[in-house]
Amino acid sequence: MMKKLAILVAAVALIAAPFGLKPYGIYLLSLWAVMTIAAIGLNLTLGYAGQISLAQGSFVGIGAYIAALLTTQGWPLGLAFAAAIVLCFAIGWLLGYPALRVAHHYLAFVTLSFATLVFLVLRNEEWLTKGVYGISGIPRPTLAGWSTKAPLDFYFFCLLILALVAAAAGWMIRSPWGRAFTALRENPIRASSLGVDTRRYTLMAFAIGSALGGIAGVLYAPLVQFIEPTAFALGLSLNLLLMVIVGGAGRFFGPFLGAAVSVLLPEWLRFSEGLYLMLYAVFVMLLLAFCPSGLLGLGARARKSWKPSSKSAN
Amino acid sequence: MLLWQTSQTINFAQGEFVMLPAFFVLAAMKFGGLSFPLAMLVGLAVALLVLGLLFKRLVVDPIIRHGVLPLVISTIALAILLKEGVKEFYAADAQPFPAAWATTNLEIAGAAISVQSLVIMAVALVTVGLLQYFLAGTATGRRMQATAQNPALARVLGIPVKRMILYTFLINAALVALASFLVSPIYLAKFSNGETLGLVAFIAAIVGGFNQVKGAIVGGVLLGVIDNFVAAYLSAQYRAAIPLFLLIAVILFRPQGLLGRVEERTV
Amino acid sequence: MRSFVSVVLALFAVGAAAQQTVNMPIVIELSGAGAVSGTNFRDGAVLAIDEINAKGGILGRKIVAPQSDTQSNPGISRAQVQKAIDSDPYVILGPVFSGSVKVNMVLAQQAEVPQITGAEAAEITQMGNPYIFRTSFGQQMSMPKIANYIRDGLKAKTVAVLWVNNDFGKGGRDTFTKEMAARGIKVVADVPTESGQVDFAADVVKLKGANADAIFVYTNEEESARFLREARKQGVTKPLIGETTLLGQKVIDMAGDAANGARGHVGLSADAPVPAVLAWKQKFLKRFGYVPDHNGIKGYTGVYAVKYATGKIGKFDRKLLAKTLHGLTITPKQEPGILMETTWDAHGDIDRVSFLAEVVDGKQKIVQTLPKLGK
Repeated sequence: MMKKLAILVAAVALIAAPFGLKPYGIYLLSLWAVMTIAAIGLNLTLGYAGQISLAQGSFVGIGAYIAALLTTQGWPLGLAFAAAIVLCFAIGWLLGYPALRVAHHYLAFVTLSFATLVFLVLRNEEWLTKGVYGISGIPRPTLAGWSTKAPLDFYFFCLLILALVAAAAGWMIRSPWGRAFTALRENPIRASSLGVDTRRYTLMAFAIGSALGGIAGVLYAPLVQFIEPTAFALGLSLNLLLMVIVGGAGRFFGPFLGAAVSVLLPEWLRFSEGLYLMLYAVFVMLLLAFCPSGLLGLGARARKSWKPSSKSAN
Repeated sequence: MLLWQTSQTINFAQGEFVMLPAFFVLAAMKFGGLSFPLAMLVGLAVALLVLGLLFKRLVVDPIIRHGVLPLVISTIALAILLKEGVKEFYAADAQPFPAAWATTNLEIAGAAISVQSLVIMAVALVTVGLLQYFLAGTATGRRMQATAQNPALARVLGIPVKRMILYTFLINAALVALASFLVSPIYLAKFSNGETLGLVAFIAAIVGGFNQVKGAIVGGVLLGVIDNFVAAYLSAQYRAAIPLFLLIAVILFRPQGLLGRVEERTV
Repeated sequence: MRSFVSVVLALFAVGAAAQQTVNMPIVIELSGAGAVSGTNFRDGAVLAIDEINAKGGILGRKIVAPQSDTQSNPGISRAQVQKAIDSDPYVILGPVFSGSVKVNMVLAQQAEVPQITGAEAAEITQMGNPYIFRTSFGQQMSMPKIANYIRDGLKAKTVAVLWVNNDFGKGGRDTFTKEMAARGIKVVADVPTESGQVDFAADVVKLKGANADAIFVYTNEEESARFLREARKQGVTKPLIGETTLLGQKVIDMAGDAANGARGHVGLSADAPVPAVLAWKQKFLKRFGYVPDHNGIKGYTGVYAVKYATGKIGKFDRKLLAKTLHGLTITPKQEPGILMETTWDAHGDIDRVSFLAEVVDGKQKIVQTLPKLGK
């Protein structure tokens, strides 16, 4: 009950937030929504199924390029969504195969290699992607007469997609699929002995997580309205990974919080000038040392230790 | 170029570790007013302390109990920290780094060979030889290998496991310092160098075999040859992709590395 | 630390003269790959702003210049320019990276805010944006000069190109190749390299194998220095030709002896044999404690151009400022802060004298001064 109320309050806050903000603030909120979608995807792969991936940024890139290429040719953004979901799902599925054989840091390197490869293709295949020059003039969509050209409208569009993605992810985590993912992470051997098809679910975890990355990319392109390959290099993948970890891997609202920290932190820490990345890094390391379950884990722990003491006070 | 990885810990900041000692030396020269050889010693000492001891105590020890994955992510954060730290407190642009030897060329049979490359090769070979001897030929070295392969059994056998692990970290720190001093005169000292160097070191280690010094070296040489061959005769645009393909192939089909033995341990 | 002081100064200025200020946000690369260029540009601009403020500002109004870091990332630069535009700026200074400028110049155009950029990619001024102004030569201006030098000065028949595979290098390489074709000089080797690359052994082998009459090197500062070292190591004897970057003092310092003998065209140089530029360099060194490169001049002269044009108009009007700058020539006599006579054309491109230079004994030596194109 409390939880539902909290979600409702958060949703109202998100809808009310942009009013009174200047375009820059709205832009940051939109960016937060986009990054949250990508992080939700990575959270499925990493948090629920326990497979590390350093390639989530690449799927955002693939999605963004699909959106940019299609919409600048006059195709609707809806088609870009469909194409990005299908393609990222398929590539994510293939990328999942190494995960069947290796784990942990080996898997990290396979996905890292993939991320580098995607960057190289985006940069070198100039006939398709315009290479280092990037693609500019990406239009924002019009939905049934509703033009999202203005920052505020586009923010609500992002928020709408985020809500849909979150609802779908939430439903999936509660479904037998989600439970199978968790079983996979906790104890793969036991999971398979209980009849969970580990092969299929591992691939599925990668494919669905990647498809969500693609959706985020399709939103990213019209948000920034210009894309070029370096935006989707390894840095973005690492950033997304840190978002999931900071928020709390394997927790549904972790990505929301992690993306907020990552997108808004530079703004909050403005006073520290160039130090903010260092502070962020130290913060991540401390968090991992003392509370590897992330900020939400920290919150849960604080609540737990607070409850008994409040009872005794009564 | 050769870089080594002997410790069994997964360190995504390894490249930054190679970047850093050169800056210790530069800082010692700039702020301490030390001469170059003296500054190198200081740099080595600081590297041992910070990249060996402190890294183990402050980063690895508190996190490793949570598992390998948090450690991997923590070292990614550490890499950011080191990079940004150097940039913020020393300099953002590349720094020339003095070479400890002549930079002239030797004319041998018409081909120009730089003294620098010869020195690097010589130092690398000697270091590898010593390391190999130390690990296989001395009691402490064999104990360290035993610890790396099976800590529990090593403890039963009365090996001071904790100290052995510490030695591994110290050796790693000394090696990165050495590598740093060797490559910095050519590559210049820059805060972001670690990104390139770290990847090469890791691929070399994985391709050659994680549990073998020899393997890492074979991996390193192989990688260097392939990289240059591809850049010179195939596509320079996709140069960066080739080592990665090699890496994926090795991970998928021969995870123990080209020279590695199969370990009784899941990775 | 330096930047911290300037931020404090800027904040102080906001409080002291909230009514009497003119807002000129600096959106620039303070971290990431463009940090060196961006910091130079920023410090050059800050130097000019402080000088102008000390003398009473522009038309009696003090300049306020909040700084924001694009992290050398086009996406972030867009956010930061949006933020700058929200604060109702008079002009926007920066960024330097062409990719970033291409993202955010559209925003400045929509808001009708003049943007003084340090970028050099050819296409920026070819998109019909009336609010974008360069502070240095675009590649379409500098490459013909270097091409003429290769044809007339070196009398080369074949040339090899080594370039860095980002928008700066690719843009330069494409323009250069076109100019070579126009002059009947054959490009016998075309070698792309990575941004941040440390090992140039294979690339040098390839260049040597091509055996061209001259080698044209177009990469960023550090890569230039590493390349020069490797070229020296492998005993390359063919002339190494560069454009501005290769002959910069920073590259020379990093490359050491290996830089000697490199030559080429310098569009803008902190080592130009112009007394005003040399005096400026000393002033910069004294204030910030390091030797500036040409990006410092870009920031410095950019601010003074705005000051002069505004003084000429007599009021703060963004549209009028953009109109006035087009076709404007500013001489050092009219405005000492411009350092060298400068003309902006109808596209926002710049025209000034430039130089042919050679590196001798670890110093950039100007061999010849090339006149303005328009003369």
